Amino acid sequence: MSLLDVKQLSIHFGGVKAVQEVSFSIDAGIVYSVIGPNGAGKTTLFNLITGVYKPTHGEICLDGESIVGKSPNELARRGMARTFQNLQVCMNMSALENVMVGAHLRLDRNLIKAALRLPSLARRDAELREEAAGLMRHVGLEQYIDARADSMPYGALKRLEIGRALAMKPRLIFLDEPAAGLNPKETIEVDELVRKIAASGITVVLVEHDMKMVMNLSDRILVLDYGKKLAEGTSEEVRRNPDVIAAYLGAHA
Amino acid sequence: MFKRAYFGLYLVIVVLAVLPFVVPNSFYLDLATRMAINAIIVLGLNLLIGFAGQISLGHAGFLGIGAYASAILPTHFGWHPLLAMGAGAALTGLLAAVLARPIFKLKGQYLAMATLGLGIIISIAVRNEADWTGGPDGMPVPAFGLLGFELSNDKQWYWVVAVLLAISTWATLNLIDSPFGRALRALHGSEVASSVVGVNVVRYKVAIFVLSAVFASLMGSVTAHYVGFVTPNLADFGHSIELVTMVVIGGMASVYGSLIGAVLLTALPQALATFEGWETVAFGAILMVCMIFLPKGLVPTLAARFGKGG
Ligand SMILES: Nc1ncnc2c1ncn2[C@@H]1O[C@H](COP(=O)(O)OP(=O)(O)OP(=O)(O)O)[C@@H](O)[C@H]1O
Ligand SMILES: [Mg+2]
Repeated sequence: MSLLDVKQLSIHFGGVKAVQEVSFSIDAGIVYSVIGPNGAGKTTLFNLITGVYKPTHGEICLDGESIVGKSPNELARRGMARTFQNLQVCMNMSALENVMVGAHLRLDRNLIKAALRLPSLARRDAELREEAAGLMRHVGLEQYIDARADSMPYGALKRLEIGRALAMKPRLIFLDEPAAGLNPKETIEVDELVRKIAASGITVVLVEHDMKMVMNLSDRILVLDYGKKLAEGTSEEVRRNPDVIAAYLGAHA
Repeated sequence: MFKRAYFGLYLVIVVLAVLPFVVPNSFYLDLATRMAINAIIVLGLNLLIGFAGQISLGHAGFLGIGAYASAILPTHFGWHPLLAMGAGAALTGLLAAVLARPIFKLKGQYLAMATLGLGIIISIAVRNEADWTGGPDGMPVPAFGLLGFELSNDKQWYWVVAVLLAISTWATLNLIDSPFGRALRALHGSEVASSVVGVNVVRYKVAIFVLSAVFASLMGSVTAHYVGFVTPNLADFGHSIELVTMVVIGGMASVYGSLIGAVLLTALPQALATFEGWETVAFGAILMVCMIFLPKGLVPTLAARFGKGG
């Protein structure tokens, strides 16, 4: 049994069939990439799996159990984390607090205890502050530990989202174009970061336009085109697939 | 960063402790008491509006429920004032919770409309049920006593309210820097991001709405006993707007802004009384000027100008 099984997944926005009859499985512990031209449905696929959108039809199973119709916060509980292509950073909070929010489910969220600042809660919060600072160093943001989120540059905010997702201690992380808009040096850093995340045992699902990064990193690749599955397999298989060469790689070559 | 936030609390406590000894007469003590009552309401309302990013245009309605519970239940049914206050708060909490669930599944503008509607309904209800509420003329409220001791003079009331304000300020500072408070601020920053890290967005919005409503209800009860008389004006739309204005002028998502907003806007009508009939116009003009030059509110703007995190 795979960690994640997607069967015949479809969603229609009025007339737009953003994802059509897509099926694939992701085994635990691998790096799985989803590629395809702009508008292929990659982000929509992430939104479906993480509960942000409800599918028109189809099935999504986590550990063999259907998760269709579950809300994002329920899925977070099941070990799913994600970042966003269009940044979703809380600009009304500090960088560190953004990461701390990632640990939401691991904390005592009681309102009364919080208002009275019980010592146990205050101690846990102090520990979390340390932990979040550690995570910021881990994702290469040590210089922003005391920064406000709204004072950070784009590339740093992308990594802040990864830090927040890691604070959840997830089993499965969805990264939507973590290297988009980054310079070559930053892209290499993100590449290394994704490797570190995978090496720590977290299953990574990656959407990325940087082909070099995708080909080097991925155990398996899913190719989408106009919402449909075009190909699926190892990087070698995908690279050699004639449909892919014609429809996607060919167009870029 | 947050350790520094508590320095302001000591300042608040010192000011509250010294005030009764320096005010020239009971007029100012009364003013200070009303400022402190409003400050407590505004602290709760700012959690909802400034920190969680939601709106309520009917908070005076909740205040009215508390005030009238404290007037009606002891007068007509002989309830102990403390029990009446609790019943008002419980009723408010229940009403807020029942109303909030369906509304928060929708978007902001519906919340504004629904809270506006609720406030108006409550205000009309207390005006019309004259047999119980005294109608537009209002009704007297029995004194507040506890364990054979009766709160009667202004000084006693001042101290009670001052202690409540100090505790509320401390609790609010604690709350915003806790897992609960961070979740609230996060859903303001990005609903989708907070939901994917596990925040049950609807539940948090309901919780803070209910909490701020209950605060308003409790302070409505305190106001009723302190003044000794309730009128429907307490529950009016105009009063709701006044409370929202205190939040906005003082500063959204600023604890000390809440206090400053409450102090200034409670004092302003007194200061403007010399304008004889034009005070509402002057009031409006001052608000407009504030909104143009200090769109983030007083405390956050000044804090940014002088380089201190608000
Ligand atoms: N909420 C929505 N309402 C209507 N149409 C949508 C919605 N979300 C996505 N779409 C449409 O679905 C299609 C797929 O979009 P999606 O964002 O998933 O593409 P993508 O593969 O992530 O592209 P990119 O590489 O540009 O990020 C597009 O035609 C888009 O306009
Ligand atoms: Mg996309």
